[in-house]
Amino acid sequence: MFYRENGQFKSTYRADQQIFPILQDRVLMLLFLVVAFAVVPAIASDYWFRAILIPFLILSLAALGLNILVGYCGQISLGTGAFMAVGAYAAYNFHVRVDGMPLIVSLLMGGLCATVVGVLFGIPSLRIKGLYLAVATLAAQFFIDWAFLRINWLTNNSASGSVSVAGLSLFGLPVESAAQKYLLCLTLLVLFALMAKNLVRSAIGREWMAMRDMDVAAAVIGIRPVYAKLSAFAVSSFIVGVAGALWGFVHLGTWEPAAFNIDRSFQLLFMVIIGGLGSIMGSFFGAAFIVLLPIVLNQLPGWFGLSISTALSSHLEFMIFGALIVFFLVVEPHGLARLWSTAKEKLRLWPFPY
Amino acid sequence: MGFFLETLFGGLMVGMLYSLIAIGFVLIYKASGVFNFAQGAMVLFAALAMARFSEWLPAWLGFESLVLANVLAFLLAMVMMIAVAWLIERLALSKLVNQEGISLLMATLGIAYFLDGLGQSLFGNDIYKIDVGMPKEPMMVLESTFQGGLLLSREDLVAAVIAAALVVLLALFFQKTSTGRALRAVADDHQAAQSIGIPLSRIWVIVWSVAGFAALVAGIIWGSKLGVQFSLSLVALKALPVVILGGLTSIPGAIIGGLLIGVGEKLSEIYLGPMLGGGIEIWFAYVLALVFLLVRPQGLFGEKIIDRV
Amino acid sequence: MRDPASTPRPAAHERPVILDVHNISLSFGGVKALTDISFDVREHEVRAIIGPNGAGKSSMLNCINGVYQPQQGSITFRGQQFRHMNSRQVAEMGVARTFQNLALFKGMSVLDNIMTGRNLKMKSGLLAQAIRFGRAEREEIAHREFVEHIIDFLEIQLHRKTPVGRLPYGLQKRVDLGRALAMEPQVLLLDEPMAGMNVEEKQDMSRFILDVNDEFGTTIVLIEHDMGVVMDISDRVVVLDYGKKIGDGTPHEVRGNPDVIRAYLGTTH
Repeated sequence: MFYRENGQFKSTYRADQQIFPILQDRVLMLLFLVVAFAVVPAIASDYWFRAILIPFLILSLAALGLNILVGYCGQISLGTGAFMAVGAYAAYNFHVRVDGMPLIVSLLMGGLCATVVGVLFGIPSLRIKGLYLAVATLAAQFFIDWAFLRINWLTNNSASGSVSVAGLSLFGLPVESAAQKYLLCLTLLVLFALMAKNLVRSAIGREWMAMRDMDVAAAVIGIRPVYAKLSAFAVSSFIVGVAGALWGFVHLGTWEPAAFNIDRSFQLLFMVIIGGLGSIMGSFFGAAFIVLLPIVLNQLPGWFGLSISTALSSHLEFMIFGALIVFFLVVEPHGLARLWSTAKEKLRLWPFPY
Repeated sequence: MGFFLETLFGGLMVGMLYSLIAIGFVLIYKASGVFNFAQGAMVLFAALAMARFSEWLPAWLGFESLVLANVLAFLLAMVMMIAVAWLIERLALSKLVNQEGISLLMATLGIAYFLDGLGQSLFGNDIYKIDVGMPKEPMMVLESTFQGGLLLSREDLVAAVIAAALVVLLALFFQKTSTGRALRAVADDHQAAQSIGIPLSRIWVIVWSVAGFAALVAGIIWGSKLGVQFSLSLVALKALPVVILGGLTSIPGAIIGGLLIGVGEKLSEIYLGPMLGGGIEIWFAYVLALVFLLVRPQGLFGEKIIDRV
Repeated sequence: MRDPASTPRPAAHERPVILDVHNISLSFGGVKALTDISFDVREHEVRAIIGPNGAGKSSMLNCINGVYQPQQGSITFRGQQFRHMNSRQVAEMGVARTFQNLALFKGMSVLDNIMTGRNLKMKSGLLAQAIRFGRAEREEIAHREFVEHIIDFLEIQLHRKTPVGRLPYGLQKRVDLGRALAMEPQVLLLDEPMAGMNVEEKQDMSRFILDVNDEFGTTIVLIEHDMGVVMDISDRVVVLDYGKKIGDGTPHEVRGNPDVIRAYLGTTH
């Protein structure tokens, strides 16, 4: 009875098309943002920032980018890690080679470079799809892995591809403490999420979904398949590139190509599947799930008074990931996001059963 | 020239090993239209089972004969692969029948992770040996033509022969038996096959078991050569470009594709590698597959893919 | 019969030709789908293409639409001749179509499906859409208004937010029509719009088609099997059989044509 739309009638299309049409949702979102921006930095511990919140924010951003490509436009990509790498290393190059380069510009340039590479490796999608496209994106992944390992120029002549950054600052404000890094990531995530949400509910979003659902019919309506697919790759790679730059700069500080290897690609794909394909919220759910699961698994035996070796724990993690992927695909292919909206539907009727 | 030939042979042998794994892919795709990302994990799982059982069985049952240990381990590993096939069909495949290819693909990815974790939990994650009596000493051939002769690995030759035998066996199975015919019907159209009374579930268990058998053979050969370890499952990812080249629906294609990739990798590493900084083996196969995808997506021997409105 | 009280307009033979099909031949490998087909379509008329199954009707539509490229012949649209044009170019020229097997975007709502029809008219760039505030939002709302008119016209208001995959077949067909209408086409190609419908649904659909023809002046080319519908709503009819044209004229003329009768009923010995 609290989550009712009674009396919330929309009299303009503008009101009908809002991101959060239900008042209670808007209030909740506002509350959430206030907590995230004002309360959390004050009370969270360093551990929470470094191990949970910051990875969650950055991986959500990457998952958001991937969801646009896979969930909305239906183009499978197993090379996301590589695009994150491009973003990270490109940003690094701009940061160290250009004196006094502002952080935000480095990050965005990292995104742009990832966009160029993404569009390039997106070209095969114009001719192939499904599992064939998956193999093509794997080519991108392995090639880029190798490039950052062996082509010294790309890593500012670091022999093993290992680089590091320190002493970051944004418009004069330091980005050193965990709380400051958290706020930077949070701000960027909110901005990108807003823009992504706008894109998916506009004409381009519908073009992407049309390509996903039936690309042959899309051409007949006047949708240009080339533009639709490549724009999806472009937007997705940009977001993933910025996320990669953040991952290197803010979360890791020091990194090498292995930080963005195929396991990272699979991890992001799993986030998107479990969280919900074709859903902005789903990206957040998926990222939260994947970030928290290993931590929970580590602590769980302790709660039951058992102790298991770290090796077994990591094997169990693999098993649980795998089992959950299959579980979600079978039971709820639309992921946690669908479970969430189903729960909200039930809440609208509560306390009545139907 | 001698060095070139040695590299060539080496590449052919490696290629044969890739083909062994790729055959499993093709089997499953041919018979169920599913692209099995978990083939590599199946190879690792089977190899682990074989390695550990051949170690444990003598201890459990108190005998010493290596041959007996190997035979029993093989049988036990095969039983496990059938059990895995049955579980996969029951818990994943049958539920995902009506969903699009992309869901099935991602499901096999999940299965791969699951099998990786399961295998290592059950059997451990060290490096293990498989000793099935493969000849380890290399041999020299063509000593009269080339000075010093060419170095060939006996083990690889035996592997090649086994792979060829496997291909012939499977080709006969598909063409000549009624089960093989049923498999081909199922691959063509699930619903039509069901409507004429072909038991889909049983067929799929059979297919995945046969693929499990292929995985076991591949695992034994690879494991005997390299030792059984986690990286096996990553090497198996190489089989993807192999089936792209050869064609997803062709078993002979898997062989040819494997040979091409094996030779290509070795030759490109030796002759192209130094120009590019070395280590290009990790991407050569994939980029080659990419080129094929743009030029001839159905591979050398696959069926043409048609999109109807 | 057409309602005589509807808006009077110049007689059929006085209206300009909007679509002219010249000697179109189409084959797939060795199979000849269409042999030397020629006919014209005049502005504002309702032109039916009929014929037994496999006569090549859908293929003809696909040629007009740019989905298939004919080996011979050309198609002239408002005097502009083209032989090789892809579907997008044809769409831009003002030709829209519906599909026999419904090519709707199953994952999207009715509203979104019809909105995709407005895509050609949307001008905002990627960045403008990402920011949305201002021009992009105004454009979105303007197009939403137009689409709502179509939704009202087709009487599917109740279902606008429902994913199309969940709707019954008859309503899905209406959404297909709506999406084509959203393109504001000059020529509308309808591929068996009444297939699989019961009598009431057919009456509704006929009414919609006639209203579109009357109110918006859209030229209609439709493939249809139901002879009653064809006789009732079309101005002129083309008859195909085995890829060849065997009849062309008003419904009345075509009905009496012995070749047409033979094609449908077979020869008597």
